[in-house]
Amino acid sequence: MLQQILIQTLNGVITGMILALVASGLTLIFGIMDVVNFAHGELFMLGAYVGVLALAATGNFWLALVTATFVVAALGAVIYVVALRPLLGRSPLNTILATFGISLVLQNYALWQFGPVARKIQEPFTGQFTLFYLVYPWYRVLIALLSAAIIGAFWLFLKYGKFGIWIRATTQDRTMAQAMGIPVPWVLTGVFALGSGMAAASGVLFGPLVGVNHAMGLDWILKAFIVVVVGGMGSLGGCIAASIFISLLEAYSSLWVSPSQAIIFSSVVLILTLLFRPTGLFVPTPK
Amino acid sequence: MTGRDKLVFWCVFGAAVGLLALAPLVLPEFWRRFVTEILIWGLLAMSSDILIGYTGLVSFGHSAFFGLGMYGAAAALLLFVKPNLWLALLSGLVFAALVGVFVAYFATRLRDIYFAITTLIFSQIFYVVIFTWTDVTGGENGLTFSRPPLSLPGIFSVRFTSTTLHWFVLAVVAGSYLVLRRITQSPFGMVLQSIRENEARTRAIGYAVERYKIVAVMISALFAGLAGILYAVQNEFAAPDFVFFLVSGEVVIYNVIGGIGTLVGPLVGAAFFLMLREGLSRVISDYYLIPLGLVFIAMVIFMPQGLLGFLRRPLNR
Amino acid sequence: MSAAAPSVLVKVEDIHTYYGKSHILHGVSLEVGQGEVVGLLGRNGVGKTTTLKAIMGLVPPREGHVLLEGAPITGLPSHRVARLGVGYVPEDRRIFPFLTVAENLRTGLDRGGVDKARKAALLDKVYAFFPVLAERRNQAGGTLSGGEQQMLAIARAMMLEPKIMLLDEPTEGLMPRMVSQIGAIIDVLHQEGVAVLLVEQNVPLTLQACRRVYFIEKGVVRHHAMAAELRVNDAVVHQYLGV
Repeated sequence: MLQQILIQTLNGVITGMILALVASGLTLIFGIMDVVNFAHGELFMLGAYVGVLALAATGNFWLALVTATFVVAALGAVIYVVALRPLLGRSPLNTILATFGISLVLQNYALWQFGPVARKIQEPFTGQFTLFYLVYPWYRVLIALLSAAIIGAFWLFLKYGKFGIWIRATTQDRTMAQAMGIPVPWVLTGVFALGSGMAAASGVLFGPLVGVNHAMGLDWILKAFIVVVVGGMGSLGGCIAASIFISLLEAYSSLWVSPSQAIIFSSVVLILTLLFRPTGLFVPTPK
Repeated sequence: MTGRDKLVFWCVFGAAVGLLALAPLVLPEFWRRFVTEILIWGLLAMSSDILIGYTGLVSFGHSAFFGLGMYGAAAALLLFVKPNLWLALLSGLVFAALVGVFVAYFATRLRDIYFAITTLIFSQIFYVVIFTWTDVTGGENGLTFSRPPLSLPGIFSVRFTSTTLHWFVLAVVAGSYLVLRRITQSPFGMVLQSIRENEARTRAIGYAVERYKIVAVMISALFAGLAGILYAVQNEFAAPDFVFFLVSGEVVIYNVIGGIGTLVGPLVGAAFFLMLREGLSRVISDYYLIPLGLVFIAMVIFMPQGLLGFLRRPLNR
Repeated sequence: MSAAAPSVLVKVEDIHTYYGKSHILHGVSLEVGQGEVVGLLGRNGVGKTTTLKAIMGLVPPREGHVLLEGAPITGLPSHRVARLGVGYVPEDRRIFPFLTVAENLRTGLDRGGVDKARKAALLDKVYAFFPVLAERRNQAGGTLSGGEQQMLAIARAMMLEPKIMLLDEPTEGLMPRMVSQIGAIIDVLHQEGVAVLLVEQNVPLTLQACRRVYFIEKGVVRHHAMAAELRVNDAVVHQYLGV
C-alpha cells in the first residue's frame, strides 16, 4: 500500500508539473487579458502534432520542442489579432464563444490533417529505474524537471525583464500602463503568444507519455480551468501549487476509483474553493 | 405591446406553427425526423436563453439538465412494465429539477466566468458519473427503451407515428414558447432583464436578486429537461454523449447565432446551425465543423447580436 | 513668470465626448503654451477629468481636435500620446501597487532612444528631488502612504521627460503640509520648462501656481482669466465654484 502511495505521489507531482505548464499559460491569459481561452487545450494538442512533424523532419526531440513552441506561439499571436482583439471591450461571453469556436475548428482541422489514429512522439532517451515493483522511465522525471525549468525561466522573465515589467504593469492597471507609454495592444498579443507557446511545449513534453491525437486537449482544458480557479486567477505561484495539489489528489484517488472518475474529486475541490475562498486556495485573502 | 403588434405576432406565430404542422405531411421520413429534432434542440436553446439572454447568466450546464431529463424519462420508461408517457414526463422533470436546484445554488453565489466554469464542470461530473456507472445508466452504450403511447389511462391509448409524434413535439414546443414568452414579458421577466443590465442597481432598488436567479435557473432547467424528455421519447434511447460539455457549448452557439434575449432567436439559431451542418456534411463529409466553426467565429465578431437580434426590442416591449 | 504669451504647446479645439448616451463635454476649447502652468477649475462632475483624459487619448472625443505642437493627436492610443510627450497623473494616483517604486519608475523610463547613461541620470535626478522615494525604492507601491504615492505618480510621469504634465487633483486627500510640497513640485516642473495643465479643487494653490485659469461648468469652458487678476478679484471664483 505504501508503495502504491509513493508511486502515485511521484505520478502526481510529474503530471502536476506538466499541468502547471499548461495552466500557467491559461492563468496568464486569464489574469492579464480577462480572456477565457477555451482553445488552450487545442494549442497543447497542436504543439504535440507540430512536435511529431518536426521530429520526423529533424530526428531531434529538442529541436522539435523548440519548433513547436515557436510555431504555436506565432499561431497564438495570429489568433489573438484576428479573432480576439476585435472583441476587446465587449462582454466576456464573446471571448468564451470565440475561443470555443476556435477550439472546434482546431480540433477538426487536426482530425482532418492527421486522421483519427494516434501518433507517437519518441522520447529523447529511454532508460528506466526500478521503483519498488515498477519499472519507471527516467523520461518521466525529466519532464517534470523541464517543466519546472521552463516555469522558472518564465518567472524570472516576469520579474526582471523589461517586458516582464510591462506585462505586470498591464495586469495591474491596463489604463495607466498605456498612459505610461507601454504599447498595451502588443503586450496583450505577446502574452497570448507566450501562453500558447507554453501550452505547445507541454504538448510536446507530454507527447511520449500518451498518443498524440486530436482530442487530447479536451481533458487538459477542464483540469486547467480547475487549476486556474483553485490557484487564483493570474497567480503563477498559486497555479503551480494548485496543479500539484489537484494532480496528487487525482493520482491518489485513482487508487480507489477509475481515472476518469478522478475528476469528481477535483471538481469538489473547485466547488469548495469557489464557495469559501473564491480568490483561490493558494492566494492570500485580499484585504 | 400595441394591439397592432399583437396581431402581427399572432399571425406570424400561427403561420409558423401551421407550416411546421404541415411539414411531416409533405416531407420524406428523414426530414420529418430532422424537423422534429430541430424543434427539440430549439426548445433546449430557448430554455438556455432565459439564463443567458434574459438574466445575463452564461451557463454551460444545459447539457446536464437536458441529459438528466432524458435519463429521467428513460428510467420511468424502463422501470414500469407498461411505459407511460406522463410518468416519463414527470420523472424527467423531477431529475432536471434536482440538478436545477444544485445549479441554482451556485448561481446565487458566483458571478460570470466562475459560474460558467462551474456549470461546465457540473456537466462533466454528470457525464463521468453516467459514463462509469454502467450498471444503472448503461454506461457508454446508454439505455434503449420503447416509445410510450399517447394515452389517458383507461380512456384511450394510441401509438405515435412519426407524424403524430411530430405534432406532439410541436404542440409541446409551441406551448413552451408561449409560456416562456409570457414569463419574460411579465414583471418577473422585467426584473430578470434588469438584473442582466445592472445587477447592483437592481439589488439597490430592493429586489431579492438571489431569489429571482434561483427561479430563473429552475425555469430554465425544467424546460431544458423537457427537451431531454422529448428527445428520449422520439429517439428511444438515452446516451451519455448528450451530457458532455460540448453539447452545452453547441446550445450556447445556437443562442448566440440566433440572437440572445429573443426566445425565438435561439430556436432559429438551432435550425440554422443544424441545417448548415446537415448541408455541409453532405458536401464536405466529415470535416464540416471547420467551415461551420469559422462561420460561427465570424458571427461572434461581426454579428454578435445574432440573426434575429434586431427583434430583441420589438419582442420584449 | 514672463508676461509674454508663450507659443502654443497643446490646443484643445471644441471637443465633445460621450459616455454611452451621456454627452459629457459639450465643446471644450483651451490652450496651454510651452512651459506654461495653466489651471482648470470647476465643481465636481463638470468634466475636468474628462478633459484631461481626452487629451491623453483615454476618452477619444467624438468631435473636435486635440493638437500637440500643431500636430493632431485626437484619438491616438494613449501609449502613443505618452511617448509624444504627455505625462498623466490621474486622480487616485493609480501607481502600480504590486510593482516596487523602482519598477514603477521604470515603466516610464524604459523607452526606445534613451541610453543607459541618460536613464541613470534621470533616476538620480528624481531620487534627489524625492528622497523618500529613494528610501523606499524596493518597496511595493501599494505600501506607500497617500502622499508618497502622489509623489511616485508624479515622478513616474516625469520619467517620460514630457513636454506637458496633466495633473488631476494632485492635492486631494493630502495633508496641508503636503499641499505646499505639491506646489513646490509644480514650480520645479515649470523651471525645467515642462508645461502643466492643473485640474484642482484647491483654489489658493491653483491661483498661486498658475499663470492662467480656465473655468469649466457643465462640460463647457465658461470663463478664462489671468491668475494675477483672480488673486485680486475672486468674485468669479466664487461664482463658478461656490466656495
